[in-house]
Amino acid sequence: MSRRPGFVLEVDKSTPPTLFWHGEGFTLETLPEGSRVIYAPEPMKPIEDPYRAIRHALLHPLGDSDPLPALLRPGMKLTICFDDVSLPLPPMEAPDARQMVIETVLDMAAEAGVDDVVLVAALALHRRMTEDELRHALGDRIYDAFAPHGLLTQHDAEDPDNLIHLGETDQGEEVEINKRAATSDLLVYVNINLVAMDGGHKSVATGLASYRSLRYHHNPQTMRHSTSFMDQHRSELHSSNWRMGRHIAQSGVKVFQVETTLNNRAFPSNFAFLQKREWEWSVRDRATYLGTSAALNAAPPRVSRQILHGMRAPHKLTSVQAGEVEAVHNCTTENVWAQQGVDVEGQTDILTMGLPYICPYNVNSIMNPILVACLGLGYFFNMYRGKPLVREGGVVIMRHPTRPEFHPGHHPSYIDFYEQVLTQTVDPLRIQKEFEESFATDPWYVHLYRTGHAYHGVHPFYMWYWCAHALAHLGRVIVVGGDPRAVRRLGFSPASSLDDALEIASDVVGPSPTVTHVHNPPIFMSDVH
Amino acid sequence: MTTLLFERSLPRFAAARVVSSFGSGRAAGIGPLRLVEQDAPEVPAEGWVRVDPVLSGICGSDLATLDGRSSRYFEDIVSFPFVPGHEVVGIVAADTVAADGAALEAGSRVVLQPVLGCVARGIDPPCPACRAGQVGNCGSLAFGHLRPGLQTGFCADTGGGWSTAGLVAHTSQLYGVPDALSDADAVTIEPVACAVHAVLSAPITPGGVVAVLGAGTVGLLVTAALSHLAVSGRCPAPATLLVGARYAHQQRLARELGATDALPPDQLPRTVRRHSRSLSFGGAAGVTATLSGGADVVFDCVGSPESIAQSLAMVRPRGTVALVGMPGKVTVDLAPLWHREVRLAGAYAYGTERAGVRQNGHQDGNGDMPTFALAFEVAESLQTGRLVSATYPLTRFEDAVAHAGAAGRRGAVKIAFDVKKRQTR
Repeated sequence: MSRRPGFVLEVDKSTPPTLFWHGEGFTLETLPEGSRVIYAPEPMKPIEDPYRAIRHALLHPLGDSDPLPALLRPGMKLTICFDDVSLPLPPMEAPDARQMVIETVLDMAAEAGVDDVVLVAALALHRRMTEDELRHALGDRIYDAFAPHGLLTQHDAEDPDNLIHLGETDQGEEVEINKRAATSDLLVYVNINLVAMDGGHKSVATGLASYRSLRYHHNPQTMRHSTSFMDQHRSELHSSNWRMGRHIAQSGVKVFQVETTLNNRAFPSNFAFLQKREWEWSVRDRATYLGTSAALNAAPPRVSRQILHGMRAPHKLTSVQAGEVEAVHNCTTENVWAQQGVDVEGQTDILTMGLPYICPYNVNSIMNPILVACLGLGYFFNMYRGKPLVREGGVVIMRHPTRPEFHPGHHPSYIDFYEQVLTQTVDPLRIQKEFEESFATDPWYVHLYRTGHAYHGVHPFYMWYWCAHALAHLGRVIVVGGDPRAVRRLGFSPASSLDDALEIASDVVGPSPTVTHVHNPPIFMSDVH
Repeated sequence: MTTLLFERSLPRFAAARVVSSFGSGRAAGIGPLRLVEQDAPEVPAEGWVRVDPVLSGICGSDLATLDGRSSRYFEDIVSFPFVPGHEVVGIVAADTVAADGAALEAGSRVVLQPVLGCVARGIDPPCPACRAGQVGNCGSLAFGHLRPGLQTGFCADTGGGWSTAGLVAHTSQLYGVPDALSDADAVTIEPVACAVHAVLSAPITPGGVVAVLGAGTVGLLVTAALSHLAVSGRCPAPATLLVGARYAHQQRLARELGATDALPPDQLPRTVRRHSRSLSFGGAAGVTATLSGGADVVFDCVGSPESIAQSLAMVRPRGTVALVGMPGKVTVDLAPLWHREVRLAGAYAYGTERAGVRQNGHQDGNGDMPTFALAFEVAESLQTGRLVSATYPLTRFEDAVAHAGAAGRRGAVKIAFDVKKRQTR
């Protein structure tokens, strides 16, 4: 049977209730008749032999690039950089795409007699990965070969001895990146392109950059003018990264980009109902839903979190392309859209979404209120091309417990952002002006970022800026089932039920609004016409 | 004449201590405080005059006394029975002069500087502290022609503010109230003076970080005093003034009175850390995390073991923790104080301050001023009467004391007796 594309369902009397994620759990909601529910396309057929496909991509590069073996020679300095723990979501079943690509690259390097090889996790300002996370991403063989010798490193955006300033773009944007990577004879970047925002020049220009460089595109002005940042051609975020990437290339840094795409099979077989459309649930799916949701609801959030974060997604590789960055990324983006694109006619007054337990910045961690906002307004809202799914002045209704809980080791500056910044203002521009620099240069946050597993001090600002486009676009944001004080702290309105939320929304969009629900995950992106 | 009289009664004292363990202010009805009919006290000597209270505040030290929780240290500098009430705005019953020598006609409004120092006690020559104008440090509080009493409101001979019969005050205790000040502003003058004295006694660093822990009357007035005195150049201006305030209305008031930020007390150390650009270490179970740097000065306006420990964790090495809230017997780990050479200083009452206007970081002249004169400036500038949340007639003293004991929780700050009007607001 051929793969079914994405689907826009119109709710009628016979439509069963719709599944909404609610943090570390889920619930069924009855949407008003006439509402639309957007379902992701079914998973693409995976590549049957990933190693063979990877080898083929490395030997047949795209764009102006020689095959990888031709770029390798004895005595050269090779640095292999790779995406960090934020990708993919949920973490994929072993072997991870990064492991498969890097093993192949290393085999070729070994064949060519290259012995100065260093691996760098491209963290940008994310937290350092743990040994378990690195082992999962790279496999034990690579970890054990490199880590004990100090050859498996993690980018440190605060290490002045391992950063290099490459000058400025023609727009005056400073470019400062990882010195080892920039001074290597060849930089191989290995990515997982989960969504259209990932990859391209953003891999090196962001993943290996310092705050000094990142602040030129991670700011509210850029975010407001990225409509959306999932659409590279209408994204200031990408324009800036592309300028930087081209500047990096002109500075003599040779980048060989390897990009991979995955299908959207996000849930293992024991959670199969999460991958399906509700009217197609079998008796077993219904029973599993009831049992799972009852167990997750009954368990303390800590336990539910542990169960869900332990889940490994059966994502499979759907494409791999290698070579010159822009040529590679054009192909990758097409493949991402082929998996995730859904055609949607027209905007909606109210956009509803159930937010799950995970986003790129709380893998094996806690989804704090700032990340809730970022997932809803930064990611789900921006998963469009053309026009936002919700009209200007419309309402987003999110479902999430939004507990004021934080992981003190991973998100220390988030705690202070929540208590000391959001109590003053939720305006991204004012936040940037009054608070960003002091957080970005705070010595304690720097210490925790460099020596522990903490996100950089400025990271919660970026998460808030991620919401800037939505905050400027929307008339109101309502959170169903969230902690009322935390929801208000974010500047949103709390509601105890979806019906209440729709009632509250009617103050903004009138009494007979159109409603659209994004049934995400599995991830999809809307092409709004 | 209606008077609230505090008598020495061990059974009532014990009962108050037990009941107040369920909440401060709940024991007024069964404790040693009684509503009685009593005339004004005799004028003890020349230079004394009767004052008829208009408003009289309920202070934290009053609550500690009524709860049976004040330190036994005070036993020898208090005489029974006494009429409480040392935060007083009242009316002088006869022509007299004020502490600053100004004439006061009968019927003039005055506030009371309640410390019963050497001059009021007829002790001549006065003790060194009184001679230096530091009446709060008077060493003669149990001597002279009055019975022991550290202040009016704790002395059997002077009466106190919680009485319609009036109290007696020495002219050295009187300050005329300008027309610009409301009665509510005026009744806060005494605690404002305490706050002014605490601020001017502390080694505040220009451009530094100051933390105020607690945002009841004392904490809010320390905030007000520091912001006013810094703006008016009478003390160094810190770059950051952070207030730990449990309740939303306290946080709002702290910001209105000049705090850079006000937030829940458990968040204060994190905020101090950030503003002082310190690192943080420790924080294991049962031990407060300590900052590598910290605030130059922490004003502890609570006085509990927890607040003192938290203050010690927030103050920088060689910084100062000023105890403004009245502490009792506490158990505190002083290792950080020893190791970081922290100065733990009491801040009590008032006297004379070096508060000349500072220019270019230097004091202009010696600028000695009575603390009360500075308190009037603060009260007028920041309208500290806004902290008076409710007034009660003396007959409803149980409600008043209960309200004062739960002020924060009930959205209030300062509770006072409306002695003259017998009205509630």
